[in-house]
Amino acid sequence: MSHGGKATTVQDRARVALNDDFLRNAVKFTTEKLRSQKRVATDELGNWEEWRERARAIRLHTIAHLDYYLSMFIENARANGTHIHFAQDAQEAVEITMKIAEAKEAKSVVKSKSMVSEELHINQALEAAGIEAVETDLGEYIIQLAGETPSHIIIPAIHKNKGQVAELFSEVAGETLPADTKILAGFARAKLREKFLEAEIGITGCNFAIAETGSMVLFSNEGNARMVTTVPKTQITYMGMERIIPSLDDLEVMATMLPRSATGQKLTVYMSVISGPQREADSDGPEEMHIIIVDNGRSHQLGDPEFQEVLNCIRCGACLNVCPVYRHVGGHTYGAVYSGPIGAVLTPRLNKDDLETSGEVSMASSLCGACFEACPVKIPLHDMLLYIRRDYVQEGIPSKMEQLAFKAFEHTVSDHKRFKRAVKLGRFGQMPLVQGGVIRAKFGPLKGWNSYRHTPALPAQSFRESWRALDAELQGINVEMEADMKQRLQEILAKRRGT
Amino acid sequence: MKVSLFITCLSDAIYPRVGEAMVRLLSSYGVKVEFPEVQTCCGQPALNSGYWDAARASAKTLIQAFEDSDFVVSPSGSCTGAIHHYYPTLFKDDPVMLQKVQDLIAKTYEFSQFLVHVLGVTDLGAHFPQKVTYHPSCHGTRLLGIKEEPLTLLRNVQGLELVPLPSAEDCCGFGGTFAVKMAEISGAMVAEKVDHVLETEAEVLVGMDMGCLMNIGGHLHHRGKPVRVMHLAELLYEGVKQRV
Repeated sequence: MSHGGKATTVQDRARVALNDDFLRNAVKFTTEKLRSQKRVATDELGNWEEWRERARAIRLHTIAHLDYYLSMFIENARANGTHIHFAQDAQEAVEITMKIAEAKEAKSVVKSKSMVSEELHINQALEAAGIEAVETDLGEYIIQLAGETPSHIIIPAIHKNKGQVAELFSEVAGETLPADTKILAGFARAKLREKFLEAEIGITGCNFAIAETGSMVLFSNEGNARMVTTVPKTQITYMGMERIIPSLDDLEVMATMLPRSATGQKLTVYMSVISGPQREADSDGPEEMHIIIVDNGRSHQLGDPEFQEVLNCIRCGACLNVCPVYRHVGGHTYGAVYSGPIGAVLTPRLNKDDLETSGEVSMASSLCGACFEACPVKIPLHDMLLYIRRDYVQEGIPSKMEQLAFKAFEHTVSDHKRFKRAVKLGRFGQMPLVQGGVIRAKFGPLKGWNSYRHTPALPAQSFRESWRALDAELQGINVEMEADMKQRLQEILAKRRGT
Repeated sequence: MKVSLFITCLSDAIYPRVGEAMVRLLSSYGVKVEFPEVQTCCGQPALNSGYWDAARASAKTLIQAFEDSDFVVSPSGSCTGAIHHYYPTLFKDDPVMLQKVQDLIAKTYEFSQFLVHVLGVTDLGAHFPQKVTYHPSCHGTRLLGIKEEPLTLLRNVQGLELVPLPSAEDCCGFGGTFAVKMAEISGAMVAEKVDHVLETEAEVLVGMDMGCLMNIGGHLHHRGKPVRVMHLAELLYEGVKQRV
């Protein structure tokens, strides 16, 4: 699934990332910055939890009535002169795009950042047809030059440092450019300016689509999205079918939540609300505008009480920045378009018919819940990861070894006598391995664990074995509970019983 | 009034001293603690790995063990969190069990919650003149909302110097079977956590979950660092014994 082409496991890819100090430092540095900036920006609001509730309510309501709001959006967008297409899957979206490109005799396309377009692998399809596709978001431009995929939803080149960017740009420039942010950005700006002027088609994603006005909304910080949507004569927008919000009022909430959650900005630098192609009085804008509404596995979540909420995601990337797994291994470890906790849920869910391949990534989480805590629309990602793991086991995908181990676990813990015996047995079994109170052996299931730790040995007596003596000792010391404490306990009990 | 100890499988098998400290502390307030022995494990190793039938089998021993209890108290935010947060999902299709689960949830507390919110104790009169840092475990803080309780208890310990742990809210990398399945990622996580612990120059690391503490303590030992790792109940009990 990764760019290597050959099937690798999450562990394989994690190993590569963990051995890459450049990557680890770059990812750690930027996620740290993003999450602390977010903290400042959300604290400053004073009532962030209320904002989260409000945003969640909007998303819950919209997704619950998605058919209604989608119809409204389509009707209004068409009335504005926008062409609306539907794509059930990636292939259909590509076909629609290629038809438009053919009709326009396009030779060159400029793109602003779009995660949906990554699902479609549209750049490869365009290149195969001899059409140049250029990413114009600085981060996307960097990884396009490197021949990689985005490793973060918001910061696609988060895993690259200045030096690596300078090398990539120097190759394009044909001269050595210094690792200076200003100079590198200046180079990209000049280079991309040529591309904007050449392109027949501009391709964008869509942060939100407003049902009541038929508008699509883009958030960007570099202004490149403005160029993509004003210079080329034709605009194609990919829109995940769940991007809808009902009204402009709801956009106000999202405009508060998205930038603060993503980068800790109070506002995004550019917010473009585009309601159709150029009109007579307009000085710029595309002559023709297409929105391709992409399903690609999304509608399978509708009506599923465990997973429908994943469609509430506003793609801010906050869950990546706080995820202790992501922060150590970066996005490519997830081996798919979407990384981090949201990716670990989205990948298996958008490809749920192939859980054997797509489900593995759900194991790459310690279930710490930091993702849920950071999520501006409160998606219970940590719970969803568990549901995916349950489905993975139900489909019989784990190794026979693992399945047997859990059969044995079930047998042991379903009866306390067996559990007690098992602990006793462990105490005998460990004897040759214990040294100075700890076990250092690295074999079987202890291999990975003990590569980083020493395991405490089982003591001479378990708690349940020592209980009788402890209980007898304490029976002998009779302490009377103080009256007010006793009353407190009784009040709690009475309250619980509703009396 | 029946107060029962939910020892958790980890403290039962590996850290009986944690259970002992809890029982002795509670007894000193006149709380008669019982230990229903049909309990085994909350089922999280299976639950978190996707083996929900096995998790249910394990959970049933707890539901049975504490059926007659008025209060259940446990030395783990994670295991208590599993009961509170995941048991309703585990038994959602079984209305009889679901009712029993709701009853269990209503009476089950993590140790610091029980001290502060049920007994109303925030100052045990303990004395522990050492530099201590506190790791807030993820499930205790995020599933149960335990944030201030352990800190309040620690701040009231005489002589104790509480030093904040940098990036304290970051997971230590335990995650149960995660630490075995994704050993290298987990190893990187615990190494970072230990770096932060060492930065504080604390003599003692205290927490509310032996899973996390076994992980962090195991890595400290692996690196040969002499930081003492203690459960909150152990520290408080030792502090009470040292009372001046």
